[in-house]
Amino acid sequence: MPILEHPAYPPATLLCLESLVPCRESQVSMLLSIFGERQQLSFPSIFIYGHTSSGKTYVMKTLLNTLQQLPHVFVNCVECFTSRLLLEEILIQLQNHSSETRRASPVPCDTFNDFVRLFKQALVSQNLQDQTVLDRAEQLREMEANILPAFLRLQELTDRNVTVILLSEIVWEMFRPNTGCFEPFILYFPDYSIGHLQKILSQNHPPEYSADFYSAYINILLGVFYMVCRDLKELQHLAALNFSKYCEPVVRKEAKERDTRKLWKNIEPHLKKAMQTVYLREISSSQWERLQCEEGELGQIKGLSAHAHVELPYYSKFLLIAAYLASYNPVRTDKRFFLKHHGKIKKTNFMKKHEKTSNHLLGPKPFPLDRLLAILYSIVDNRVAPTANIFSQITSLVTLQLLSVVGNNDQLDGPRYKCTVSLDFIRAIARTVNFDIIKYLYDFL
Amino acid sequence: MSTRSLSKGCFVFKPSPKKRKVSRTTAYYFREGSSDLEDSELRFATCQSLQKQVKSETEQIEEELNEQLFDNLVSFLRRSHSAFQEKKTEWTCRTKSREIPTAALVLGVNVTDHDFTFRSLSEVLQNNVTPYIALLEAKDCPGIKNLMQKLLGQLMNCCIDVDSSEEEDYEHVSRSRVRCSMTTLINWYESATKRTDSETPGKKRTSSRHWQSPPVVVIFKDMESFTTKVLQDFVVISSQHIGEFPLVLIFGIATSPMIIHSLLPHSVSSLLCIELFQSLSCKDHLSTIIDKILLTTQFPLKLSEKVLQVLINIFLYHDFSVQNFIKGFQLCIVEHFHSNPLSVLCCQLEEAKRRVNSLSHNQCENVRRLPSFRRYVESQVSEKQIALLTVDSSLKEAVQKLLEDLNVYHENYFPILRCLHVFTSSLPKYPLGKQIRELHCACLENRVWETEEYESSLQLARMLNKSDLVTMLQKCVEILVSSPGREFDEIVEKLKEFLTQFQKLEEAYQERDESISPQKELQKKTNLYHLQKTLLELKESRRSKKLTKFEMLRFEVVDYIDSLVRHYLVPADHKTLHEIVYFNTASVLREHLNAAPRIALHTALNNPYSYLKSEALKSDGGSISNKAPDICIAYKLHLECGRLINLADWLEAFSTVVTAAEGPTADAASSDQVDDVIHARFIRAVSELELLGFIKPSKQKTDHVARLTWGGC
Repeated sequence: MPILEHPAYPPATLLCLESLVPCRESQVSMLLSIFGERQQLSFPSIFIYGHTSSGKTYVMKTLLNTLQQLPHVFVNCVECFTSRLLLEEILIQLQNHSSETRRASPVPCDTFNDFVRLFKQALVSQNLQDQTVLDRAEQLREMEANILPAFLRLQELTDRNVTVILLSEIVWEMFRPNTGCFEPFILYFPDYSIGHLQKILSQNHPPEYSADFYSAYINILLGVFYMVCRDLKELQHLAALNFSKYCEPVVRKEAKERDTRKLWKNIEPHLKKAMQTVYLREISSSQWERLQCEEGELGQIKGLSAHAHVELPYYSKFLLIAAYLASYNPVRTDKRFFLKHHGKIKKTNFMKKHEKTSNHLLGPKPFPLDRLLAILYSIVDNRVAPTANIFSQITSLVTLQLLSVVGNNDQLDGPRYKCTVSLDFIRAIARTVNFDIIKYLYDFL
Repeated sequence: MSTRSLSKGCFVFKPSPKKRKVSRTTAYYFREGSSDLEDSELRFATCQSLQKQVKSETEQIEEELNEQLFDNLVSFLRRSHSAFQEKKTEWTCRTKSREIPTAALVLGVNVTDHDFTFRSLSEVLQNNVTPYIALLEAKDCPGIKNLMQKLLGQLMNCCIDVDSSEEEDYEHVSRSRVRCSMTTLINWYESATKRTDSETPGKKRTSSRHWQSPPVVVIFKDMESFTTKVLQDFVVISSQHIGEFPLVLIFGIATSPMIIHSLLPHSVSSLLCIELFQSLSCKDHLSTIIDKILLTTQFPLKLSEKVLQVLINIFLYHDFSVQNFIKGFQLCIVEHFHSNPLSVLCCQLEEAKRRVNSLSHNQCENVRRLPSFRRYVESQVSEKQIALLTVDSSLKEAVQKLLEDLNVYHENYFPILRCLHVFTSSLPKYPLGKQIRELHCACLENRVWETEEYESSLQLARMLNKSDLVTMLQKCVEILVSSPGREFDEIVEKLKEFLTQFQKLEEAYQERDESISPQKELQKKTNLYHLQKTLLELKESRRSKKLTKFEMLRFEVVDYIDSLVRHYLVPADHKTLHEIVYFNTASVLREHLNAAPRIALHTALNNPYSYLKSEALKSDGGSISNKAPDICIAYKLHLECGRLINLADWLEAFSTVVTAAEGPTADAASSDQVDDVIHARFIRAVSELELLGFIKPSKQKTDHVARLTWGGC
């Protein structure tokens, strides 16, 4: 029995819509009842939020496209990164569907005032409903302060029967401007449960195979991936990538379609491998597909993380090591590490209370250039001349994002740096120059 | 101005007045600064031609090195969008999400070289794949808006370049304010590809080298420097439209591909289909350059051991930049031709011989002054000595012969060096270095056979097993056969003889094995006592004989190699007239390439005589002369202070030093009242020091300035 009922639309259309938006029937019916019939006045603004890929954009698109009576404008706010682009994009789309033949040249529209005027011109009829959907609405917060409140009141400002729908991944509380605004109607799209995911994913089965067979496959896939990934899009992608492998025994006539256990044994290790590689984008999906075709071993293609090694010039390595030491050792301990006759200082003696927590947990601290150079001179065996090359190496380490400049970049005022590399990275670097860095780190004394 | 053409032809270049002036001034400066004016024009011309030769040669080498990488990239581009075009209807393609094909191009940390790589990459792509290439740099793209502007600007302009006929059509688009959005880009792409499709057949030639629907390639030159937000936004936006036009991203990465994951969150990186491409490591790159440029007889100019060491050290210790290495080499060329009047003879042998004949008397005197030539003269008989030192013509004759000798020496040196490298590079622990450049340096430095490392490597070579030895000998034969040296026939013969002897040994072994095996079987049947006896006998015999045939042969081979080394790898500075072709003033090079600004500044301020060369400033070190410029006095005084400097004390000291000379004549009143002029001079000196970054005003204490530098220059 149909869940969706609405006097304005024929039941056949509604049935079709229902089949297109599985597991979102209640939200859709809610929206339909808010919209009402076309000549009725709708709510000025609706705010829809929910987690990534909970079907917000998809539902809105199918809803507005299937029920052809609803003229609408659909804009992605990430794409329109300035308010001018956003407003012009809305106007262009409005013009396009109000008059199919005449493709007007874009009108410059710099302010919201202009927008309201042009909007009125574009929508001549007063009574018929019109929807404006703004996807990824969180971007609106970064535009001019008047944009968001004005959109919420667009119906009032333009005096047209228009509903603005904002889609976002974050809650309304994060949007509300300090000065207050019109409160939109808030609608929440909950996450899909595992059952929902199963239902949605199984719906789109390949024509060569039966729905049951595919649904069994989806079941196995969800068993592996549901723990780490609930993103519908990603799951769909993974399902498509690995399905050919699942079918292999059937194609080779080694197993029947109903032989679920055998198929499971075949696919499970494969999926686990996929979780470590393709899912993390260690290797690309096209490489993964090629591997499947060639039956090759995974070892042939190394993931991105396998290439963590960075080759640096000799002094750059020492500069980086010196920077690391300067970032993670307290200043007072320099004397103990780098002076020849520092005497016997026990750790307990010169440890202050707040330093008992590991410096590695607190993260790198900024240090001045002089300290970096002083440490460099004492850890390099032979004499280093402070040549222009040394200084330019520091700058190039900054451009490589291995160091970062802290604070104002007033060159005269002794620049301060932070070392941004990890302990593993610096240990690998130190090993190549035979420098035992652990001995010089205060945390590991 | 290029004269590239398929046919021979005459090219007319209108001389631009500006350009001629520039070239004249280079020649002029070359003459101006040189210590000796002999043959300066000829030297300049030789220098220029050599420079050009080196440049074209290095460019060619680099092209060859990058070829593999570029081929891979092109095939990746080909693959990236074809799959979707072919089987659009298939189920998998419909269901799986469409990712943006992305090439992660790891290029190494030598960022300065990347420009060259990207330039040639975009050239290759432009010629073979697509006209639509945009190169983006982080410094141009602080925000997504700037990025889109840059992108659209580059893409739409490149379209104008491709076919100039429709220039007017696009002119107004680029002039009027373009809406910098993806929609504009897509519309533009559609119209651009449609236009190339519907072109007249005559014009099709230009577009046929590109693919059917050429991808739009966006290259991010320095991935590390881009801000996360810009990259994320761009990827998200373009992933919305990936179905509408074929976009390919190329990330230029200097450190490691991990940076992608640290810059982009999973939600964004899952929109990309990343494949990794790695360029040749810069160390290998350098080895190839050295191998092809320095270790050949192709270029008449050679580098001495110290100079080469300076260049290699700058590379390994400081920048990893191959371009800088080549630039350093070019600097050596200029410096050599500039400073050495006899460098006029540094050219190909025939040309050099001709030039010897036209040497002036002064130049002959220059030759006589060369230390290596003096040594040569001393070794001659007395009549010959007099002739060489007094008669120019006999000197010229001798020089011609010596130059020929030098040439032969080089022709023999490099192949033998390579042979020796074949041996030393396979020894454990590499006593003479792994790379051929290290061996080369060792050979240039002094007699390599007198060093300990050589001794130990010979020891090790005497323990090599047979298969290694045979392959090495084969390699040596290959090297020697392919080299142009004249004297190698004999050596090759000898080495081949060794090889056949090894072959024979092997056969002999097999025979003996067969002869032994029945014996062994006999032994097995005898009792334990007999076995023990025979074993003892065997042991005895081994001790007395000690060397098998193979071992004898091995010793022979190693000794032969040793003799070759002693004969051919004599250090270059033992050769007469080596000064002509070897550039060896390493200190000049170091000064230019590894500048030390802080030290230079310190010397200038601490010891003004070193730059000003005024006799009055020549001081004996410690004391402060009042003749020195004010800033020097102020600088010297501030060196004695702590972190905070009291301005009043400083002024007092300053005025004391300045007035020191007039001390006795000056009246007592001036001692407690500082002269206005001196005050003004002091203020100027202090503000100059502040400008140079030695001090800065401090808020901690009134009337104090803070010192910013500390000793240890």
